[in-house]
Amino acid sequence: MSALVYFSSRSGNTARFVERLELPAFRIPRDPDGVMPAPTTPFVLVTPTFADGEGRGAVPKQVIRFLNAPERRAGLRGVIAGGNRNFGATYALAGDVISRKCNVPVLYRFELAGTDTDIARVKDGLDKFWRTECLITA
Amino acid sequence: MKDLASPTIPRAINWNRLEDDKDLEVWNRLTVNFWLPEKVPLSNDVQSWATLTEKEQQLTIRVFTGLTLLDTIQNTVGAPALMPDAQTPHEEAVLTNIAFMEAVHARSYSSIFSTLCSTREVDAAFRWSEENEHLSAKAALILDKYDAVADPMKRKIASVFLESFLFYSGFYLPMYWSSRAKLTNTADLIRLIIRDEAVHGYYIGYKFQRSLEKLSDERKDELKDFAFGLMFELYEIECKYTAELYDDIGLTEDVKAFLHYNANKALQNLGYEALFPPALCEVNPAILAALSPDSENHDFFSGSGSSYVIGKAVATEDEDWDF
Repeated sequence: MSALVYFSSRSGNTARFVERLELPAFRIPRDPDGVMPAPTTPFVLVTPTFADGEGRGAVPKQVIRFLNAPERRAGLRGVIAGGNRNFGATYALAGDVISRKCNVPVLYRFELAGTDTDIARVKDGLDKFWRTECLITA
Repeated sequence: MKDLASPTIPRAINWNRLEDDKDLEVWNRLTVNFWLPEKVPLSNDVQSWATLTEKEQQLTIRVFTGLTLLDTIQNTVGAPALMPDAQTPHEEAVLTNIAFMEAVHARSYSSIFSTLCSTREVDAAFRWSEENEHLSAKAALILDKYDAVADPMKRKIASVFLESFLFYSGFYLPMYWSSRAKLTNTADLIRLIIRDEAVHGYYIGYKFQRSLEKLSDERKDELKDFAFGLMFELYEIECKYTAELYDDIGLTEDVKAFLHYNANKALQNLGYEALFPPALCEVNPAILAALSPDSENHDFFSGSGSSYVIGKAVATEDEDWDF
């Protein structure tokens, strides 16, 4: 079992999603001058998507700042992306952008603060994921 | 007689001094997403329109007149009614953008009509919309909450429900046609409207949550009761409206799943939990796919393969990706 690192804007959707997972989680600060979490174990990143109609700016700036540091990025194993299907092709796009850039899988996509079904699937999925991860890295 | 009281002069807006970053973020999103119906080649749907039965055509025009009414209300009453409650001058500016885009949406349906339908059919559908009791009932319920003497917090709740819930009994139909490869250009236009309404519902809901933070627990409880009560009242009307429109083509139950799903999303925009349980929100996958047609839908936990698909090439801001 390892940690989650997440970002949530003031709308709080991603924070509510992470809270309901009831797993150890570190928050990336909203304030650009805030202290970044420094996870010492492998982690999964949970992020909302901010893309415009062309897909620009999908990954929140603070998430980019977090990932820019190689020592923090080293522990990233997967990404879970929030979004809204109403944004069409750019739904949960932040997950795909990070996946491509950091070569980690998009583990799951959810809308807004997620549904009960999402919470159950992610809890179960993360559990299996970390167990497989331990076998690979052991 | 001349009024001697000095008028209140608004402060000149300074976008370089923000009280709430979200105002600029949403302003940028809305302005970048700006569009006009002329951008969409609706005339490519003329042949497809001819493949619909007369009943299906009538249903489609009726659905679009219903949507036109909601956009008109939001353009002329809803968004302007929120302006006096704005907490920052930037919020007021964002609301002017929202109001104008609602006028663009309302105008778009007329573009669809002039491209695909006869004047006689369209006039008949507008008459139908004016006389439809369920459409009038939902409009009346929302307008009552928008009233100038009404509670500013309740105005925001009503506005989010209009933006994030009431449109969807109508939006369902072009998504359904699109899933069957019909009226695909019209669906492209509707998706632009859906995208805008999603930002509107998100932003107004966000402002609601910011105001709510400052209130007493008692008042928070009152507003939550109000929100769930209003959702239920609107839902009952929507069920009747949906049945009247969709019973003939046998889609009522399918539309209702979509209503439940969107009602829950509207409540989430206000920061509230879901009202309808997951079993009632299982939207037809073809409709979900029509909503976000080109998005990557494969993910590791719910996918069947052992590998994962890397997303298609997308625009990023390279200067922000230093590594």
